[in-house]
Amino acid sequence: MFSKHFRRGVVVAAMLAAFAGPASALSEDEVSVLAGTCANCHGTDGRSPGAIPAIAGQDYDILREQLLAFKAGEVEGATIMTRHATGYTDEELDALARYFSEIEP
Amino acid sequence: MITRRNMLALGAAAFVAPLAMPNILRAQGSAGRVVIVGGGFGGATAAKYIKRRNPDIDVTLIEAQERFYTCPFSNLYLGGLREFESIGHSYEELTGEYGVNLVTALAEDVDGDAHTVTLSNGETVEYDKLILSPGIDINWGALEGYDEAAAELAPHAWKAGAQTQLLRRQLEEMEDGGLFVLSAPADPFRCPPGPYERVSLVAHYFKEHKPNSKILILDSKDAFSKQGLFTAGWQSLYGDTIEWVGLSDDGRVVRVDAEALEVETEFGMVHRANVLNVVPPQKAGFIAERAGVTNEGGWVPIKASTFESRQVADIHVIGDAAIASPMPKSGFCANTQGKVAAAAIVASLAGNEAPAASWTNTCYSLIGPDYGISVVGVYEAVDDEVVQVEGSGGVSPADADADFRLREAQYAVGWYDAIANDTWGTVPA
Ligand SMILES: Cc1cc2nc3c(=O)[nH]c(=O)nc-3n(C[C@H](O)[C@H](O)[C@H](O)COP(=O)(O)OP(=O)(O)OC[C@H]3O[C@@H](n4cnc5c(N)ncnc54)[C@H](O)[C@@H]3O)c2cc1C
Ligand code: HEC
Repeated sequence: MFSKHFRRGVVVAAMLAAFAGPASALSEDEVSVLAGTCANCHGTDGRSPGAIPAIAGQDYDILREQLLAFKAGEVEGATIMTRHATGYTDEELDALARYFSEIEP
Repeated sequence: MITRRNMLALGAAAFVAPLAMPNILRAQGSAGRVVIVGGGFGGATAAKYIKRRNPDIDVTLIEAQERFYTCPFSNLYLGGLREFESIGHSYEELTGEYGVNLVTALAEDVDGDAHTVTLSNGETVEYDKLILSPGIDINWGALEGYDEAAAELAPHAWKAGAQTQLLRRQLEEMEDGGLFVLSAPADPFRCPPGPYERVSLVAHYFKEHKPNSKILILDSKDAFSKQGLFTAGWQSLYGDTIEWVGLSDDGRVVRVDAEALEVETEFGMVHRANVLNVVPPQKAGFIAERAGVTNEGGWVPIKASTFESRQVADIHVIGDAAIASPMPKSGFCANTQGKVAAAAIVASLAGNEAPAASWTNTCYSLIGPDYGISVVGVYEAVDDEVVQVEGSGGVSPADADADFRLREAQYAVGWYDAIANDTWGTVPA
């Protein structure tokens, strides 16, 4: 079996060929699996019950910017998100931003 | 034409409202039967996430206890920072909101060929897919002198419940000026930072109530999780209260005399404690062995992408019982493994391929109530092995200031509230 990153690369290429435009190579199931790991801290579906900020229903562009900034280590005072965001490709972070932005807060 | 936008919107509708997903191709009741043994971090999460993905799958959860007490935050209880009931969780969300069948019984045997589980109440349950998340059992017999009777005098408190309450009582009853000894095991074991968080919060309790007391950790290893951060935190909060003796300095306990509250190390040193906490060698919960999925070390080899046993088909093993290194045996990992197994099983029952796996770990540890540290890893499956995503994770910075440590302590509580909510539906008090 290939790694998810490698497999995804193949799918991206295939979809680009099919639609001749930027396309997310991540299936719904794959994005929901990625998003499942965020729920441990941000709550089921990103609806936080406690001290960690809720991320459900936030603006897509803001979420995306935040995630990319965490990954780049550019968020001053961040305690932990840089260590998480570095575990995902930019494309995955984009899909996660989209996913949480479309959940009812 | 399918644009990216409407493709994603279609997808989003499906995950925002999974309960409303039409199951066009599935006849009612024929979506499959999943049996889950163990309603802890792994099993309860798997039950919920199977139902969220496909409510038509029949899910039966077999759990020995009516109420689940978490090891996470049991150290806060030991340190006097929490009530015991605050770490207890029930199964109401799973049964009420998600329609999981809960059976309060011990699973005693598994027949992997017949696809059946035998229960202590005499029932036999059939499955298409079985998930085992039984956690650990103590490997009685692996440490001389440490058996179930000894644990009533020198508790392990490595499964939360009566053992944890016993240890708390002993700490409360100990005279000021006493010595608390913790014997820590070699890898692998449940919660690598757990022993070190425990002594930290016991030190906090001593500082407030028994300031002349000392702590000795006798360790069967030469290095431990977040060691630099723990050592620095101990220095800054507790001075020289805590002494750690590693393997090379004769830290390995080879014999326990629970009546005398004494332990003997490899080279014959005898240490006498006022309160003795033995964290003993461990293995997968016994049902894993009954199911024929364990190896000679007592743990379960799995295929990473689905957490299915490498030895018996249709049995998925998640949580502490599974060999998932480099993922540690943590509640956080058990939860994310439950989600991956859920996705794989739902796909398989529908005749589809499992989506790519992804897991995360974060172990927050409290060194004091306002002093938190953490270790993070993000993991993926490569050639059916678990690997850490390159460049991800790491530990809290060594040079962080008090405000950073405080915020990590607050986020640790936020994490506990979130994972308890995600796993059992518990709403924080
Ligand atoms: C002191 C301490 C502190 C910890 N702190 C943290 C922390 O801060 N963060 C973290 O992520 N992890 C922490 N952990 C680790 C965490 O507790 C475990 O990794 C986690 O519980 C593993 O989940 P699991 O589903 O494998 O097993 P468990 O959560 O132990 O669940 C197993 C369940 O299965 C049931 N069961 C077992 N066998 C049977 C059977 N045959 N029939 C019916 N039911 C059965 C048991 O009753 C139990 O309810 C800590 C552990 C300890 C000891
Ligand atoms: C271990 C707990 C933990 C996990 C897991 C986690 N987060 Fe976070 N997240 C935090 C904390 C804590 C913050 C506050 C910033 C900080 O201190 O790093 C935060 C902040 C954020 C923010 C900014 C929110 C705001 O309003 O400022 C976003 C967006 C976010 N996380 C998204 C995610 C996504 C997506 C995932 C899953 C890939 C994820 N997080 C996983 C703990 C976590």
